[in-house]
Amino acid sequence: MSEPVTAPAPRTTRADALRFYGLWIAGAALLLVLPLVFSSGGSLTTFSLIGISIIFALSYNILLGQTGLLSFGHAVYYGIGGFLAIHGMNAIAGHEWPIPLPFVPLIGGMAGLIFAIILGWVSTERAGTVFAMISLGVGELVASSALILRSFFGGEAGVTTNRTDLPAFFGLTFGPQIQIYYLIAAWVLISTIAMYALTRTPLGRVCNAVRDNPERVQFIGYNPHVVRYIAFCFAGFFAGIAGALAAINFEIANSAYLGLVQSGVVLFATFIGGVAYFFGPILGAIFVTYLQLGLTDLTAVWQLYFGIIFIGMVMFAPGGLAGLIMMHRPLARGGTLHMLLPAYLIAAVPTLALAGGVILIIETVSRYVVHADASTMVNLFGIPFDTSQPVTWVIAVVLTVGGFFVARMTWRGIAAAWDRAATAARDKGHLA
Amino acid sequence: MLELIVISTLNGVLFGMLLFLLSSGLTIIFSMLGVLNFAHASFYMLGAFFGFQLTRWIGFWPALIIAPLLVGAIGMAVERYGLRNTHKHGHVAELLLTFGLAYIIEEIVQLIWGKGPMDYRVPAALDFPAFTVFSTNYPAYKMFMLLISVAIFIALLVVLKRTRIGLIVQAALTHPHMVGHLGHNVGQVFMLVFGVGTALAAIAGVIAGPALVTQSDMAMLLGPILFVVVVVGGLGSLSGAFIASLLIGLVQTFAVSMNGSLASLFGPLDPSIGPSLLTDVWNVTIAQVAPIIPYLLLVLILIVRPMGLMGTRET
Repeated sequence: MSEPVTAPAPRTTRADALRFYGLWIAGAALLLVLPLVFSSGGSLTTFSLIGISIIFALSYNILLGQTGLLSFGHAVYYGIGGFLAIHGMNAIAGHEWPIPLPFVPLIGGMAGLIFAIILGWVSTERAGTVFAMISLGVGELVASSALILRSFFGGEAGVTTNRTDLPAFFGLTFGPQIQIYYLIAAWVLISTIAMYALTRTPLGRVCNAVRDNPERVQFIGYNPHVVRYIAFCFAGFFAGIAGALAAINFEIANSAYLGLVQSGVVLFATFIGGVAYFFGPILGAIFVTYLQLGLTDLTAVWQLYFGIIFIGMVMFAPGGLAGLIMMHRPLARGGTLHMLLPAYLIAAVPTLALAGGVILIIETVSRYVVHADASTMVNLFGIPFDTSQPVTWVIAVVLTVGGFFVARMTWRGIAAAWDRAATAARDKGHLA
Repeated sequence: MLELIVISTLNGVLFGMLLFLLSSGLTIIFSMLGVLNFAHASFYMLGAFFGFQLTRWIGFWPALIIAPLLVGAIGMAVERYGLRNTHKHGHVAELLLTFGLAYIIEEIVQLIWGKGPMDYRVPAALDFPAFTVFSTNYPAYKMFMLLISVAIFIALLVVLKRTRIGLIVQAALTHPHMVGHLGHNVGQVFMLVFGVGTALAAIAGVIAGPALVTQSDMAMLLGPILFVVVVVGGLGSLSGAFIASLLIGLVQTFAVSMNGSLASLFGPLDPSIGPSLLTDVWNVTIAQVAPIIPYLLLVLILIVRPMGLMGTRET
């Protein structure tokens, strides 16, 4: 035992490196090109919101995915970042300091970091349920205090600013949304690279170790509390950046930024995207933001669908969207993915019927009770239904119940097909 | 002043007992399943809304029995088909499941009953002043609430301390795995405990509904306070939950009835300072601070005694 046993360093070939940097460059190019392809004002706003949401969700995943800390109060640092950014912008405009807008998110980030430094030590004393409860308590404490400390938080109305009052940056005034989009896109890129780099540092690795086995980490000589605390501070910093970007985008910050609802949304986005992979929260942020914006136009009870999707994910796909995608990777490499296709197609029919039935029930009840005076017509995928007719109720129940039982049988078919495909892939030497 | 103290003490004990109805179920569920049921306050809300609806249809007294049974059945279904399947994914997934459940229950309640407050009235048989203290009429319904919660408290105590099932539950509080090794059907006990816990929450909902406001945000308002109670009392400790319930009930009730502020104590600040954080803090009354007192208490307890007042085991 003269030589220390170390794992062989993963060899990076030029092809690997090319692929790695290519991915980032492609991402940057995508951010650059997106507004040229979809140039309407509405899609620019959507992209801006998605960008903010991506940073926020990634910062949340430093806690949940990488360190195993389930927080119900992450919006505190987002909100503090937003408020400090607004006050910072007003101060810059008032004193005519030569600080242009693109640097304002740093103010938010520092605010989030300082608050995380103050509140983090108590919060991260223990992981698991205790941490979850403390984060909830601290979140409620700050959110309720925001309504009391009116001079800083502006009470119910919040505080406002005007981003164009700041000194111009190379001729950019940041009045039009397109300039704000590029500002957010730049920060998304910087933050994403920084957070990815963080996961590759020794600190990031120790965070993973603390998540998986804190006791063992203690034996190696690290203090899990300190590791959790540092991770918490980083998460607070990036959440503050996201909050500041939101404040720049809306030119207002109010107590809703800090509240439990905001904390819940970022939890949903991160978890639905998938916490086990770095790109999971990005997917989740895109999906959830898009769903939020898209569903509000379609239905009054979009939050219910949101909750159902979340519960479905927790119960059946705890790996999130990213987990579902990555499950298929060994099969795709083994070239046996096509074996799944028939089972998927068969299962899609009853599963969609089940989903349609559930949607029809919810919409029918919603029209029947909440909007008794509104039109009773529901348009589902182009098929009109009259919710006042009993036949609609019967269709909805038959679709739901029948769909469920048939779907359950076809899901077993998927499992069987999966086994076959996985076995075939394993035979070809690809781990599945 | 004496009048204020007497009335506030009564109300505080009442609120504390209501909190205990909820926190006792939450504590037992947590101790056995290792899951902090985020949706516990939602079952309380379901109890209130079921109670309201059943009172309309068949009257208050049957509702007092049926609503908790219904909610308990829902709770058992949640344990059997939700939590048990999620258990293999770990505690975080279970906690997230109950979090999503709380979200969904609130949305469904809004879907069916709308967002406004319900017209849930005190039953006529109890709608009279019970006694008069210092010219204040104390309503009989509040005494009834107190009576019910004390009765349930005693019943819970007897069941836990004197019956066989109580023995198993108690054993599972400290040694959940050993109970399983001894050959008890732990799954069934879990389901039963979850059902009873949610039914207790529902009873609290049915009797609190007419006195407090029955509205779709009532779970959101009470839920976080409930967790404060459980953490302050010490996770998994029933006696801790009892003490913390009463403590927070009393503190909150006294706080809302007090108007003192730093300004009234030390005189107003120099007006030339203008509005600032200092003037905010200076002028805020205790009544205005009341909503955040439980959370302050939580942070304080966690700094001074991280395992809670009566907590013994690390989680």
